Amino acid sequence: MKLLTASRLIDGEVVWLAADNHWAEDIAHAEIARDEEAVERLEHAGREAAARNEVVDVNLIDVEFVDGAIRPIRLRERIRAAGPSIHPDLGKQARRGVLAPV
Amino acid sequence: MYRYDEFDHAFVKARVSEFRDQVERRLSGELTEDQFKPLRLMNGVYLQLHAYMLRIAIPYGTLSSRQMRMLAHIARTYDKGYGHFTTRQNLQFHWPALKDIPQILEDLATVEMHAIQTSGNCIRNVTADHFAGAAADEVADPRPYAEILRQWSSLHPEFSYLPRKFKIAVTGAERDRAAVQVHDIGLHLRKDASGRLGFTVYVGGGLGRTPMIGKKIRDFLPEEDLLSYTTAILRVYNLHGRRDNKYKARIKILVHETGTEELATQVEKEFEALKESELKLPAADIKAIDAYFAPPALPARPEGDAALKAATAANGGFADWLRRNLNTHKNPDYASVTISLKGIGEVPGDASADQMDAVADLAERYGFDEIRVSHEQNLILPHVARADLKAVFDRLVEIGLATSNAGLVTDIIACPGLDYCALANARSIPVAQEISIRFAQQARQEEVGDLKIKISGCINACGHHHVGHIGILGVEKKGAELYQVTLGGSGDENTSIGEIVGRGFGPDEIVDAVETIVETYLAHRQDKNEPFLAAYRRLGSAPFKEALYGREAKAA
Repeated sequence: MKLLTASRLIDGEVVWLAADNHWAEDIAHAEIARDEEAVERLEHAGREAAARNEVVDVNLIDVEFVDGAIRPIRLRERIRAAGPSIHPDLGKQARRGVLAPV
Repeated sequence: MYRYDEFDHAFVKARVSEFRDQVERRLSGELTEDQFKPLRLMNGVYLQLHAYMLRIAIPYGTLSSRQMRMLAHIARTYDKGYGHFTTRQNLQFHWPALKDIPQILEDLATVEMHAIQTSGNCIRNVTADHFAGAAADEVADPRPYAEILRQWSSLHPEFSYLPRKFKIAVTGAERDRAAVQVHDIGLHLRKDASGRLGFTVYVGGGLGRTPMIGKKIRDFLPEEDLLSYTTAILRVYNLHGRRDNKYKARIKILVHETGTEELATQVEKEFEALKESELKLPAADIKAIDAYFAPPALPARPEGDAALKAATAANGGFADWLRRNLNTHKNPDYASVTISLKGIGEVPGDASADQMDAVADLAERYGFDEIRVSHEQNLILPHVARADLKAVFDRLVEIGLATSNAGLVTDIIACPGLDYCALANARSIPVAQEISIRFAQQARQEEVGDLKIKISGCINACGHHHVGHIGILGVEKKGAELYQVTLGGSGDENTSIGEIVGRGFGPDEIVDAVETIVETYLAHRQDKNEPFLAAYRRLGSAPFKEALYGREAKAA
């Protein structure tokens, strides 16, 4: 399972591509690609969004489901999805009850 | 301290306007990311895990109260209420929005600050001893030379596109507190037999994936030759440094591959051609820059000793702080104060906007308006009357910055690591926090004595782990964090690169491993006067390996 993630150009906010082709600030809203075709669609949408200067640093990441929630495989992406592990009061984790990064 | 002249003001202002225009063009889509990225990096703007990061230059770590207040203002207005002081004596904000950065730079320019050359393959912020101009053991203040180098290297047309970044450090006392031997160029100020000032010159030191100790290529370089000789080194590097491989592009690799003797010959040849050129520093110019760094007029305050005696008797915490956080000042009525940014369990190097404001107030009231940032990620008030130390301490207690741990096991350097940094493979800060909590007890820390732990979250070594007495390097192995330990590193006048002790430790093992190392030292030291580093140099790694790996070590 893969998601497409990026950083929003104007402020650097971490975002994920959601089903309706908008960039969600919450990983829970990301569109999950479960097959090659879906991955290609995400990548295409990512290239177009980068060309439109909405986002930068577009990357596909591997994820899994844990207790019904999306969890990136790599710690780096879990920290991006939550915020600094040392500052539960900052970043996305401060805004809502996201998964702890570790 | 140095004050901008009209040229400096106009130059920084023009640069801010230029960057404002570049950001506008990027946001409108006129510039692509590929076009914009090198431009933003030239202005200290990185993209990290959660947001952009802005790295602000603090030349040789020297700040006025006004400048510190501006950093606090920026933290509050545009960021998340705090900033991170770095191992290069700079400050990083970890959350600015790109759209706000031109305004941040405009605000900074009003207090004579900027973010130019805090990134890119150019000559970076020149660092210096954080006790410069105050330390009793100082031969001469290194900052005037650092300032001369700063002016010379700012937007230097020949050296703006070097093979790789280039870092220069200057220290002015026998005791090297600026780690000059692990810089691309390290300058150690000395006097020769006739009393002339000059430098011992080291070249090709560095940390990162290939740690190297700088090679001495000049015992004594007269001060007037500073720029001509530095230019000669940079020319040799610019011509012959490798551009085919980013990982082999630093001057340390050139020195290593060329050989010190041959490289020194090439430098001397360039230097011969430049020696009598316009780069030769006239005595009047050195004097003019020196004047900016004239020490403040320090009134006699002989009542200090009596005041301290009374205060220490009444307050044990104050006595601890005096013992650990002072450095001997040239003037016996004064001291240099280390304000520890390493509170127990806190993030090394972080300061809140309120703390920055409070330190600015203290510097203004008690410290002749001077603040320093140390490469060990602490703040320094270089000139405080001993009679005022209690008042300073009391205020530091109120703002949570009175930890009495300078130079102790909890005074840990740590890079931002995987909590922020896009290059990191593992987290550094939580490891520092857990070690700090483990050794929190003051008596235990002092029993252990001087011990420098330095932690990096990747091979780039921003946390200087190679020169930690105990160095910790975070790596990613099979998707998990793993911490490699090095022992015996040191970044002073007897620089050494730490040796890897054995297999790495998981996040839940690393603090125990550090404790085992510390306990092994305590068990094996000759007496309390033999610090960790001296004991390691005497004992070698065997007892530490044995303690960490037991039978496994014996089998190997």
